[in-house]
Amino acid sequence: MTDLLKLTNVSRHFGGLKVLQDVSFAVKPGTISGLIGPNGAGKTTVFNLITGLLPPTTGDITLNGATLLGRKPHQITRSGIARTFQNIRIFKEMTLLENVIVGMHRHLDYGVPALLFALPKYRAAERRARDRARELLSWMKLDHKADDLADNLSYGAQRKLEIARALATEPTLLLLDEPVAGMNSTEKTELMREIVNIQGRGYTIFMIEHDMRFVMGLCEQISVLNFGKIIAQGGPEQIRNDPQVIEAYLGREDDEVSVVAGVQE
Amino acid sequence: MIDYFDNFWSIYSNLVLSLGTNALLALSIYLTLSCGMLAMANAAFMGIGAYTSAILTMNYGWPFPAAIAAGMAAPAVVAFLIGKPTLRLSGVYLAMATLAFGEVVRIFILNTDNLTGGALGLNGIPQLTMWWHVLLAVVLVLFFLARLRRSKIGRAFEAIKEDETAAGLMGIDVNGHKMLAFALGAAIAGLAGTLNAHLTFFIGPQEFGFDRGVEILTMTILGGINSLFGPVIGAFIITLLPELLRSFKDYRSVVNGLILVVIVLFLPKGLWNPAWMRKLIGLGKRGAK
Amino acid sequence: MLEQQLFNALSLGCVYALFALGFTLVFGVLGVINLSQGAIFMVGAYAALTAITQLHAPLWAAILFAFVFSGTVGLLIDRIVLKPLRKRDAPHLIPMIATIGLGLAMNSLVQGLFGAENQRFPSEILPQDSLQIAGVSVTVLELGIILVSFVLMTVLMITLKKTQLGRALRAIAESPKAARLLGINVEGLFMLTSFAAAGLGGISGVLIGLYSNALFPLMGQPMLHKGIAVIILGGMGDIRGAMLAGLFLGFAEVLSVAYIGSNMRDAVAFGLLFLVLLVRPKGLFGSVQERKV
Repeated sequence: MTDLLKLTNVSRHFGGLKVLQDVSFAVKPGTISGLIGPNGAGKTTVFNLITGLLPPTTGDITLNGATLLGRKPHQITRSGIARTFQNIRIFKEMTLLENVIVGMHRHLDYGVPALLFALPKYRAAERRARDRARELLSWMKLDHKADDLADNLSYGAQRKLEIARALATEPTLLLLDEPVAGMNSTEKTELMREIVNIQGRGYTIFMIEHDMRFVMGLCEQISVLNFGKIIAQGGPEQIRNDPQVIEAYLGREDDEVSVVAGVQE
Repeated sequence: MIDYFDNFWSIYSNLVLSLGTNALLALSIYLTLSCGMLAMANAAFMGIGAYTSAILTMNYGWPFPAAIAAGMAAPAVVAFLIGKPTLRLSGVYLAMATLAFGEVVRIFILNTDNLTGGALGLNGIPQLTMWWHVLLAVVLVLFFLARLRRSKIGRAFEAIKEDETAAGLMGIDVNGHKMLAFALGAAIAGLAGTLNAHLTFFIGPQEFGFDRGVEILTMTILGGINSLFGPVIGAFIITLLPELLRSFKDYRSVVNGLILVVIVLFLPKGLWNPAWMRKLIGLGKRGAK
Repeated sequence: MLEQQLFNALSLGCVYALFALGFTLVFGVLGVINLSQGAIFMVGAYAALTAITQLHAPLWAAILFAFVFSGTVGLLIDRIVLKPLRKRDAPHLIPMIATIGLGLAMNSLVQGLFGAENQRFPSEILPQDSLQIAGVSVTVLELGIILVSFVLMTVLMITLKKTQLGRALRAIAESPKAARLLGINVEGLFMLTSFAAAGLGGISGVLIGLYSNALFPLMGQPMLHKGIAVIILGGMGDIRGAMLAGLFLGFAEVLSVAYIGSNMRDAVAFGLLFLVLLVRPKGLFGSVQERKV
């Protein structure tokens, strides 16, 4: 299986500060993978590099073999990568439906004459967009709130809205930045199911997460980042027992260490 | 009956037509604001449109429709040129840069005497504007903007206004859309300038300066930018205010300035705020567009 | 010939620097672009004029009066308009729009009260003599302007860099929330900064009024636009950059008048700004300090 996303020897320096050093990993199509590591390890920077918000200092990032370097964020999105944000960035003044439809921007294929005179091309495209948006919202169990203002949603629901919106861009690769942060355990279990569903529909998912149970339960391939370097890569069992990983988390939050060490299940 | 209207018209025609051109100007600022940009150059763009079209009709005998087209194209081109380096700046930089630009246009006009008449202005512009020109312009612009709002372009503007980074990551070409809003706003301002110049048959640089720019901004903010009617209503109020408060005519700008401050402090969404009005009438949350 | 212009350029540059400093202080500490600074500049000039003609005050007292009067205006603007907007956590553009309205109102009010024609300071109070320094003739007025500006800028720099007050201000500029948590009286310092910045603006108004010997209600507008250019050139929120850019602009303007002619003088600032923005959006001297909230 060829790699969908590949990072090769990627480094990112800020002046003298080495945020990422020689990071290499690959994401295979149709899989769910994860990137974990203690706080400040540089995980969100990896996402920022992939989506073109920042350039790497050295190294290459390719999607299906073609390099993403030098391309603007909206171009990278159009190539098939969508992401959610650690600190939720939904459009608060719009309804849920509108939020998701914004994600379909590049797929709405009509020009100014069509929108001006409400030509069939425009009407059909808008209808399709609305239908598709409702469909995506239903995947995340949010369709009953489609016409509510996004600002009125609960925290967990806002996170799910972000995922629906990201899916609207019709990506091949979905990047989730801490998708369950701030959710209670019921919401987390529900989201786990929804993500498996999404994978079942053919999407590739790559996430950053702190919740070990969530990551171990979903991801087939996990990379561990510590102080900007990859210290381990492999399946959940492998990572759980890796001494370097355990040491990296030692002194961090207790339950993270316990789960990693396999004590608490 | 007909006599009454004739009478009314001969006294108030200028006022009514000014309502129209002011509405156009307010809509031009609304357009850029709807994309999250505060562009303070629209009075200058109005001036560019006014002078371009006036020079073409006066000195070169261009037919009115062609002059209108030129009066819209010229500011759009200038907007494109100054927009290229400035639009990628954050909102605050853009506001300031466009403010300063307005001043530059004024200085340019003052210093090109042979073409623009300099400080004395241009006199004797053919009075080609008919009432239906203004009405048609307002209706067409409103129609155009309304259609835009309901399309992917309007949604993109709103997304950019809320969160540029997130909008870009949704596949929206942020810089391209900002330029569109900016240039289109300039063209509408140019249209207003063209119609106005051929109405009052005289234009001078003082009409397109800072005061005017702020006045237009006040109209838009007063009316509110949540719907297209807001700027139009704001324009009506600000245009009629000096007529209603005759004694204030000299202190017109003081009043405008203070209105701006008061609105910002107490009615930030402006007068015509659909949400507030719905609450008043007792309807529920706003639905999808 | 060029040396003749040296002191001319220097004094002009100093006034630009002073004005820009007021602007930058408010932006750095309060996070707001106060577009009424131009009107405050003008108010300072008129305040001094009134002090001299109505209260028969000597020049030094008039300058002091202008400082206090403008400073108070700035303080009132902060309390009445900017503070409620701060409480509401309004997006950046909103306070800007409010200050635009205030600036306009002030300009028009002064025009209504004093008339639109040029006013002059009475000739008796204007120092008329010139000195010879290194073969160049300098007017006492130019020297005075340079001296006053220099003193004020030095005081400002020392305060910011060496005193507890300066440290507190710099902390607020970094992050008002963090500063509050450190026990710094943020609101009080906001008031102080507004007062001082407006005062600086007012003094620069008096100085330009003396230099050009023409006061008119809209005199603050070109100044405002140049101030904008200066702080973008110098890097927003960068105090040192604002001073350097102000001086730079003074020289650039005088040189352009000497070589290109005086008509486009006011456009020099914007021309420079445009060129710099094309090449180096962060400004000539400073780096763009994005405020971390």
